[in-house]
Amino acid sequence: MEFLRPSTWDEALAAKAEHPDAVPIAGGTDVMVELNFDRRRPPALLDLTRVASLADWAADGDRLRIGAGVTYRRIIDELGGRLPGLAMAARTVGSPQIRNRGTVGGNLGSASPAGDAHPPLLATGAEVEIGSVRGVRTVAVADFFQGPKRSVLAPDELIAAFLVPAATGPQQFAKVGTRNAMVIAVCSFALALDPQRRTIGTGIGSAGPTPLRATEAEALAAELPWEGKTLPDTIVQRFGELVGAAARPIDDVRGSAAYRRHALAVLGGRTLRWAWEEHRCA
Amino acid sequence: MSTTTVGAGAGIGTSPLRPDGTLKVTGEFAFSSDLWADRMLWGATLRSPHPRARIVGIDLTGAVATTGVHAVLTAEDVPGKKLYGLEHADQPVLAMGQVRYAGEPVAIVAADHPETARRAAAAIVVEYEVLPPITDPVAAIDAEETVHDRGNLLRHVPIRKGSLEATAPVVVTGEYEVGMQDQAFLGPESGLAIPAEDGGVDLFIATQWLHGDLGQVADCLGLPPSKVRLSLAGVGGAFGGREDVSMQVHACMLALHTGRPVKMVYSREESFHGHVHRHPARMWYEHGADLDGRLVYVKARIVLDGGAYASTSMAVVANATTLGVGPYKVPNVVVDGYAVYTNNPPCGAMRGFGAVQACFAYESQMDKLAAALGLDPVDVRVRNALEPGDTMPTGQVVHGPAPVADLLDRVRAAAPPAQRGDDLRELPGGVANTTHGEGVRRGVGYGIGIKNVGFSEGFDDYSTARVRLEVVGGEPAAVVHTAAAEVGQGLVTIQAQIVRTELGVEQVTVATADTTVGSAGSSSASRQTYVTGGAVKAACEAVRAAVLRRAGRDDVTLRGGRLVTEGGEVVADLVDVLGDRPIEETVEWRHKPTHPLDPRTGQGDAHVQYAFAAHRATVDVDVELGLVRVVEIATAQDVGRALHPQSVRGQIAGGTAQGLGLAVMEEIQVVDGLIRNPSFTDYLIPTILDVPPMRIDVLELGDPSAPYGLRGVGEPPTISSTPAIVAAIRAATGLALNRVPVRPEHLTGT
Repeated sequence: MEFLRPSTWDEALAAKAEHPDAVPIAGGTDVMVELNFDRRRPPALLDLTRVASLADWAADGDRLRIGAGVTYRRIIDELGGRLPGLAMAARTVGSPQIRNRGTVGGNLGSASPAGDAHPPLLATGAEVEIGSVRGVRTVAVADFFQGPKRSVLAPDELIAAFLVPAATGPQQFAKVGTRNAMVIAVCSFALALDPQRRTIGTGIGSAGPTPLRATEAEALAAELPWEGKTLPDTIVQRFGELVGAAARPIDDVRGSAAYRRHALAVLGGRTLRWAWEEHRCA
Repeated sequence: MSTTTVGAGAGIGTSPLRPDGTLKVTGEFAFSSDLWADRMLWGATLRSPHPRARIVGIDLTGAVATTGVHAVLTAEDVPGKKLYGLEHADQPVLAMGQVRYAGEPVAIVAADHPETARRAAAAIVVEYEVLPPITDPVAAIDAEETVHDRGNLLRHVPIRKGSLEATAPVVVTGEYEVGMQDQAFLGPESGLAIPAEDGGVDLFIATQWLHGDLGQVADCLGLPPSKVRLSLAGVGGAFGGREDVSMQVHACMLALHTGRPVKMVYSREESFHGHVHRHPARMWYEHGADLDGRLVYVKARIVLDGGAYASTSMAVVANATTLGVGPYKVPNVVVDGYAVYTNNPPCGAMRGFGAVQACFAYESQMDKLAAALGLDPVDVRVRNALEPGDTMPTGQVVHGPAPVADLLDRVRAAAPPAQRGDDLRELPGGVANTTHGEGVRRGVGYGIGIKNVGFSEGFDDYSTARVRLEVVGGEPAAVVHTAAAEVGQGLVTIQAQIVRTELGVEQVTVATADTTVGSAGSSSASRQTYVTGGAVKAACEAVRAAVLRRAGRDDVTLRGGRLVTEGGEVVADLVDVLGDRPIEETVEWRHKPTHPLDPRTGQGDAHVQYAFAAHRATVDVDVELGLVRVVEIATAQDVGRALHPQSVRGQIAGGTAQGLGLAVMEEIQVVDGLIRNPSFTDYLIPTILDVPPMRIDVLELGDPSAPYGLRGVGEPPTISSTPAIVAAIRAATGLALNRVPVRPEHLTGT
């Protein structure tokens, strides 16, 4: 197996163009597991850890541009205030050791429907910045995933960064697992309120072939009493039901489809109530 | 592979540091997977993907042609007996004409690199005629189709006590189910076989029972036992999963065939297919009681799924059955236990060994009885609690302390845990942020269990210890040598403590366990401190007697390296008595004999010693999401005498955590004979955020018939924590919950 070690972004793109079968590796928390289990034997690994620019983040207008190599640990420590939903999701990833190495870019690259970072990125309308020797393009996270572990990335492309608006209102993330830590999501849900634009963003994880938005639930934004009023139980319940209905789960070793729909309905209602409470008290 | 010197100055009843403790915590301990030898080859195993199939043909061409491959062997190459097994030799070293479970070894390969070996194994083409697997153990009992020629019933244990026709005014019935739990030890199966010049083999191996392996390995290799030498390598946990042979014979075959050292290390996924698991159980119970809640009768039927091969199923079902009504006085008992062959993964020893499954059922029944009578669950248990002098369903009289009521009273009286705070980590779901208190209900539940210590039913259960006392560098020093497996439980430390106490010397070395000394029996059945501890104590007594003979005194003890009279007068220095003539004694030590069960009535003094533990569990359940957080566990256990109090508490905490795992998460999911979750990604065991604070109450009541009065410690805590936690979840939810592990689906009706 070849081990490619570019030290700049341009070198990385050139290497990927030359070796389209090369698998990019950053923290290695997904890739190395696949290799160790002998589930994958790529002809080459493309080590991105020496590309310093990938570990940078900066404000870009009212958005943040976060390098693909920024770890979960740094999301929690450095961006928890501006991206509370993503930081909450990052806190649920693996163990401290995994959070110290794993990256959101890697989560996107693996494109697992259970990726913990995906629901908050969906809920906040984030975009993925993709590079290749052919140029740069950005793709909405909602359009990025194509199926289980499949994304729009072309063989010569690498994820450079993701672009995400700094929170303009309360955000929540909740994840169901069958133990209290170090667990892959049975299902998860992210919610972002934007009181200025009077919108609700949603993201469902681990309950469909890709991370999903609950668009009908989002449409309930029009019925919310934005002027600081108490949220009626009927809306909370309706919202939860629409979240559950938006899921496309299957029965698998981690949980039943029926449970996932049920749990998402509960999480939808609870997260809306928590976010609304924060909005009302703001 | 070196000897171990345990920290000085600490006899029994103290808690000296374990010699392996710092090494394990810092990652420097050499486990069996770290073994290495010059010119070493790597072994790999090809396993059946089918739970039941005929082997039509095996084409080895692809493997043999792979560069770097040194041997490709099948059943035809097994030099000796083709079958092995702990109780009944029914398991092929390599499959012969058919496979009976998914994961059964079919061929083995040795190559100069582990990946080459794996790829070569994958290049072997096996043509299977796939057959429909037999997977329902209850249906299998009477089924026409059989897994083996002898039929599917491995063993039926009937217990009959008192009247078969007893009736009672209050009757509760229930059907219960226990899923397949895994030992989930951290160190996968591994070892190193080195061919010897005498045509024999040296095997360095992580095992629970060196001599148990020795007999089976020698038979299968067609070698006399003297030419098969086993040494214990670093064991990464066992819990019963290393009692059966896994890669031992395979590595030796490859080493003898190639003339080179061969190392085998299972991957995690292979490990899940490479050792036996806890028997899944289906159990039907009927309890009859009078209006005061006193038990009149218990009727039960217990079916254990033994999987494809016998392993220890016959002993496991005897435990489940003889302990099947729990630590209670029951005048009339009709219990039938069945161990059954299926094409599911083989099941055998796991901590608790049959007692775990029965306890979930009988404790669930005691709660049901309490509810039917409107009584407190602890009161019902106390009212029926076994006492010294009572008889078990087997007719065996319980001798020595049996503090069943006391243990229950102690956990009930323990201060309740604090109300939960607002921190997410104190809520079900933890930092995954699933609730801020919504839907959370608290529940409290109780459980008590009973376990036999040591091997039962007339088994010649002994251990051998060799103790040598000599002068080293002007100081008296002792070496203790046994074949007892240190599997993480702390036995090495205990052996040194015993020697220090008995011989009054500071300097004690524990030699590596190997087969150059006689059998110590298995590190299982909570027996090793009892039996090997007893052997070490007896060997020390023999050495001391020799010292006294040499000194010509019979009125002194050995203390601080000196011969001291009862009055404290120093008679001689041990160094002077020993001179340059070491004293060495080897002793085989046995506990009191046990007896077989009557095959029709199940009557007999089958067990050596009974051990008891009680648990109170407090849980918070998110009833809308079906998520559980165990808040606190209070437990009380009589250990007779704590030789190493810190290790005793470690055993109790660890066993309780393993029972917690079975209660709420641990299950090998088997569908149509196939394991669906053979990884630590999907076979979940409790993390530190799942294991609650524990309030541990250790009683030392002293069993007059055991060395130092000790009582086996390792298994009881695993047994009753499961039913206590499930009872607490029932209290929080009002649900019946007749199956473990309890899943969110069970709590939410999805």
